[in-house]
Amino acid sequence: MSLSPWIWFAALLTLCTFSFLWRDNPFYKFAEHLFVGVSVGYTITILYWNAFLPRVWEPIVINHQFYVLLPTILGILSFAIFFKKISWLIRYPIAFLMGAACGISVPRSFQGYIFRHMQGTITAISPGQSNLLLISNIIMVIGVIATLLYFYFSIEHKGFIGKVANVGIWYIMLAFGAGFGYTVMARVSLLIGRLQFLLHDWLGVID
Amino acid sequence: MKRQFPLAIAFICGIGMIIQFFIPHPVSQRTYQEVLQWQIIVGIFMAIIAIRSLFVVHIDKIKRKKEGWGYSFITLFAVLFTAFVGIRIGIGEDSLFNDLYAYIIVPMQSTMFSLLAFYMASAAYRAFKARTAQATLLLVVALIVMFGRVPIGEKVAPWLPAFIEWILMYPNMAAQRGILLGVGLGMIATSLKIILGIERGYLGGG
Amino acid sequence: MNFLEKMMNIDRRWIYLLVGICVLVPLIRPVGLPTSITPYTRALFDYVDKIPADGPAVLISFDFDPSTSPELQPMAQSILRHCFAKDINVMCLGLMPTYIGMIDIALSNVKDEYGAVSGEDFVFLPYVPGVTAVMLSMGESIKNTFIRDYYGVLIDSLPMMQHIRNYDDIAIVVSISGSAMPQSWAVLVGTTYHVRVGVGTTAVSAAEYYSWLQTGQFVGMLGGLKGAAEYENLIESKGYTIEGFRKVATKGMDAQSFVHILMIVLIIIGNIAFFSLRKRSRQI
Repeated sequence: MSLSPWIWFAALLTLCTFSFLWRDNPFYKFAEHLFVGVSVGYTITILYWNAFLPRVWEPIVINHQFYVLLPTILGILSFAIFFKKISWLIRYPIAFLMGAACGISVPRSFQGYIFRHMQGTITAISPGQSNLLLISNIIMVIGVIATLLYFYFSIEHKGFIGKVANVGIWYIMLAFGAGFGYTVMARVSLLIGRLQFLLHDWLGVID
Repeated sequence: MKRQFPLAIAFICGIGMIIQFFIPHPVSQRTYQEVLQWQIIVGIFMAIIAIRSLFVVHIDKIKRKKEGWGYSFITLFAVLFTAFVGIRIGIGEDSLFNDLYAYIIVPMQSTMFSLLAFYMASAAYRAFKARTAQATLLLVVALIVMFGRVPIGEKVAPWLPAFIEWILMYPNMAAQRGILLGVGLGMIATSLKIILGIERGYLGGG
Repeated sequence: MNFLEKMMNIDRRWIYLLVGICVLVPLIRPVGLPTSITPYTRALFDYVDKIPADGPAVLISFDFDPSTSPELQPMAQSILRHCFAKDINVMCLGLMPTYIGMIDIALSNVKDEYGAVSGEDFVFLPYVPGVTAVMLSMGESIKNTFIRDYYGVLIDSLPMMQHIRNYDDIAIVVSISGSAMPQSWAVLVGTTYHVRVGVGTTAVSAAEYYSWLQTGQFVGMLGGLKGAAEYENLIESKGYTIEGFRKVATKGMDAQSFVHILMIVLIIIGNIAFFSLRKRSRQI
């Protein structure tokens, strides 16, 4: 069994959180509020040491790189939201961030999301493949088209289009099934991790 | 000034960054680098606003003596204590600050999420039913993946991992790709709407 | 109320108890069934394994916080072990404030096993706000993006960073993530700077990423606790671990088997009860 007070405290918080399984209770609420507070305090500290000091304070105050004042002023404008009369000034930094982020993402998204995956679909069926691979790729290409058609609402899903869209639903259900199977694995892993902590790090009853 | 100017900023920055992508000229590269540095600095101040909102919520809760207001003291104390420890004492290796992360944030957050294992088992038992043919397909695939992705399934049916790999790589991937292409096009469309000033929701009202 | 109705209305806490028992028992009394290696885990392992010592660096992006750490932390630690054992330079990056702590824990657990030294064998990059801006800015200059490492030392002064300027000097970015961050790495960084991206992800996202594996945008993938266990076994089989190496993920796989079987049984019982009751109500 661990003799570290920190391990004991962490184990206590773990048990407080598990107590929610029985019902909501003051132990859980205490742990929950403590967690939120420490997380925000942690974020403030990291921002202070890793972001504010090296990127704003040092360049301006110590290194006299006054051009850093421009983005700093733009950033400070976001504090306008605290004053009702000038709260609209926050739109300037937001517009800059949104505009630049969208501009950066558009061409890259075309390449990374659209072209590469379209290419991966179109070139999947090629000569010289084994029968199994060829059939598998045909199944894949049909699935991509059917799924896309299912989400295409500009045409009414009737007749041939309706049939293809219906095939799309089957593919989507299969993918959701695979996703669910994997999700079970993910959630159980988290529980295993916590019980490993209690049994190994705290109680020391397992290797 | 209140609305048109921010829209113009978004337009200029957006179009500028799109054009920049296609021009590998040093001036273009320099502008790009500067924009990235500006984004980082502006981002610092935006993060401060998010933190402020937590204080507002909890101070308001205490002032109005809303239900559970006593717990807000714990939150506020924890924020101030952690920030004090981190800023005044420091964040180096083996620091008290790191202990607060390792022994409060880690156990709390991971335990909260581990509760999902219990809820999911209960929900699957009650609601995961083969009501229709499509729901049956979903259920069967889920059971196959659940069984074949763990050592016991691999031991009982050694062919199962390869079969699951096939399901994931072909029919599953087809649907995922269809969804991905839709999401990708949606993201691009939204980005273009923001740059062109058609989508203005992010500027808020007024 | 007959047996089937009772089964359908069973108190949820009995199910919770069963889940708890199914995790506890195999942890205390392990069965030790082996885990097979999936092709995409092998692909990532092989890619990292071929990187020459003290050549281009591996950038591990810790894109996760404690909520997914039981699945992802063993992956991160295994990749760190792999790199340290092969003298591959490692850079650790956290793109959100709460991701930073995960790096600290992983390095504390691993670096002493291999005598890895900050600035020489690895660099702990600090948090800088602006996720996409940081990813892209590193492609221009890592030094200008971070200025100092997490411990406050100037990046310029670190011996390891003398030959690492930007993505040209990085062999692979491994995004270990519980969110959509690997996609951002592939779309923004992979597209712009042509750097290879590997992924370690929660099981929740694993099925989603097969499309990216097929296009080659991801070199390989570790999916969930199983992926972590596979990587642990691979580094152990190659002799990259020290004696007494504790395979955290592998030890959890027995419990994973038990709970999955329980889930399958619960779903089957739930369906039998549901259809029997429905049939009976139709007959009435």
